[in-house]
Amino acid sequence: MSPISVTPPPTNEGRSGDEGAPSMAKPSHTKSIMTAAFIIVLLWLSAERTDATLTQLVTGAPEMGKLLVEMFPPDWSYLTTIWAPMMETVQMAVLGTSIGALLAIPIALLASGNVTRSKWLYIPARLLLNLVRTVPDLLFAAIFVAIFGLGAVAGVAALILFSFGLISKLLYESIEAIDPGPLEAMTAVGANKLQWIRFGVIPQVTAQFISYLLYTFEVNVRAAGVLGLVGAGGIGLLLTRVLDQLRYDRACMIILLTLVIVLVIDYISYRVQEKLL
Amino acid sequence: MKNNPLIRRPWLHIRWWLVAVVIVSLYVWSFTGIEFSGIRENAGTVTVAILQGMISPDWDYVYLAEGEDLLRGMIDTLAIALLGTFISAFLCIPFAFWASTNMNRWKWSSGVGKFILSFIRTFPEIVMAIMFIKAVGPGAYAGILALGLHSIGMLGKLYAEAIEKIDRGPAEALLACGANRLQVLWYGVIPQVLPEFMSYTLYRFEINVRSATILGIIGAGGIGTPLIFALDSRNWSRVGIILLGIIITVSVVDIISNYVRRKIV
Repeated sequence: MSPISVTPPPTNEGRSGDEGAPSMAKPSHTKSIMTAAFIIVLLWLSAERTDATLTQLVTGAPEMGKLLVEMFPPDWSYLTTIWAPMMETVQMAVLGTSIGALLAIPIALLASGNVTRSKWLYIPARLLLNLVRTVPDLLFAAIFVAIFGLGAVAGVAALILFSFGLISKLLYESIEAIDPGPLEAMTAVGANKLQWIRFGVIPQVTAQFISYLLYTFEVNVRAAGVLGLVGAGGIGLLLTRVLDQLRYDRACMIILLTLVIVLVIDYISYRVQEKLL
Repeated sequence: MKNNPLIRRPWLHIRWWLVAVVIVSLYVWSFTGIEFSGIRENAGTVTVAILQGMISPDWDYVYLAEGEDLLRGMIDTLAIALLGTFISAFLCIPFAFWASTNMNRWKWSSGVGKFILSFIRTFPEIVMAIMFIKAVGPGAYAGILALGLHSIGMLGKLYAEAIEKIDRGPAEALLACGANRLQVLWYGVIPQVLPEFMSYTLYRFEINVRSATILGIIGAGGIGTPLIFALDSRNWSRVGIILLGIIITVSVVDIISNYVRRKIV
């Protein structure tokens, strides 16, 4: 039972259309009409609540376009100014991801039902994980700025908690899906719990763990870029400044550099995963 | 470990050492880059205060007769997430068809579509919200537009992947019977991808609820505004109740959405 998902939802391989459904009777439309009506009512109530109207949306669309036009061409000369803070952002992401991943290992083992046999242990562990994951990273950052003061430390702390929630959830799901064969064999020859984990569980999930680590790192680089908005270090500080000055060309440059770095990380993790899997 | 293939091939050994050196230097570089000296002395007391605030929250704040309370803040947050998701679920469809390899005649065309989606994804919603505040003024509406635009990046990508996975059979059969392109799309493609589209949209809604809780930090509506005020004024019991409100709301939304998603697919 995992009520909260953090990864893209399970892809539905092999489920295409109604293959295998023998009944050719026309499905009743009542249910879909009811669902549609329910959604429309919800949307209408939401629009009422937030004073958003369709006409506003139509008038807002050109505003979107205007912003996009102002962003181009990006201010290339700004690159020299943003390079150092951008590297700080990457450093924050490296530390946050690694420390979060280290913390995630024990709790993921605790949360998987096939390692921790006792319900009294793994259900509270999962509950804790779900609670950690309900809080967005920027909120963590705002709280840690209140605790640690302005600076990169608060950002790293926020990223640690965020990565911890993400990786432990992904990891415990992989641990639950491992092949029980080696585990049974080890129990049969009398391995203790630690040996059992070391030689039965860890070899089966290492590759996945590394791919989750890289995925989280990528997410964190994107996230670390905005932590500066609440004063938690990194490139976000400059981003707020240029947005305040309405220098969208410079903001675009910052975003483009983030995109390049993310693409590089993407490429590296693709190559690493090719080697591993 | 005598028959380990790694040992018989020394160049592989060297490569592992190189990897280790790269990783170690990455960490050295990261640790030297962050200043750890700037931590406040009262960090401990503040942490304790926040935890105490969560244990004994300001229950009165849940409902205030004059408005600006937790309940209304959370409803605003949910409304922003719902409308933002709705907008992006429609806007991303053309992008999804553009980016999917099997709906394009040329390979470069889908590559361009994919790059645009990637570019949109890199734009954080909070940055978009700041820009929309400049364009349409502060408030929930800026938040809705920011979520609506930002979500196109991820939804477009997921939709495109769903389109790429479809079974060509029905579409070819329709073509053979002389259906036009629109009919092929409507009867051959849409029914196959609709459940996945809905599932991804719900998934994005879960994410958007989380994002909507922070949009208020920069004034784009929702519960974030009272939260940042409470943090700034060190009103820890209020911070506590708002955090509890966020945790409960997000959990409930997740549970419901997961249930519905499992029904759909």
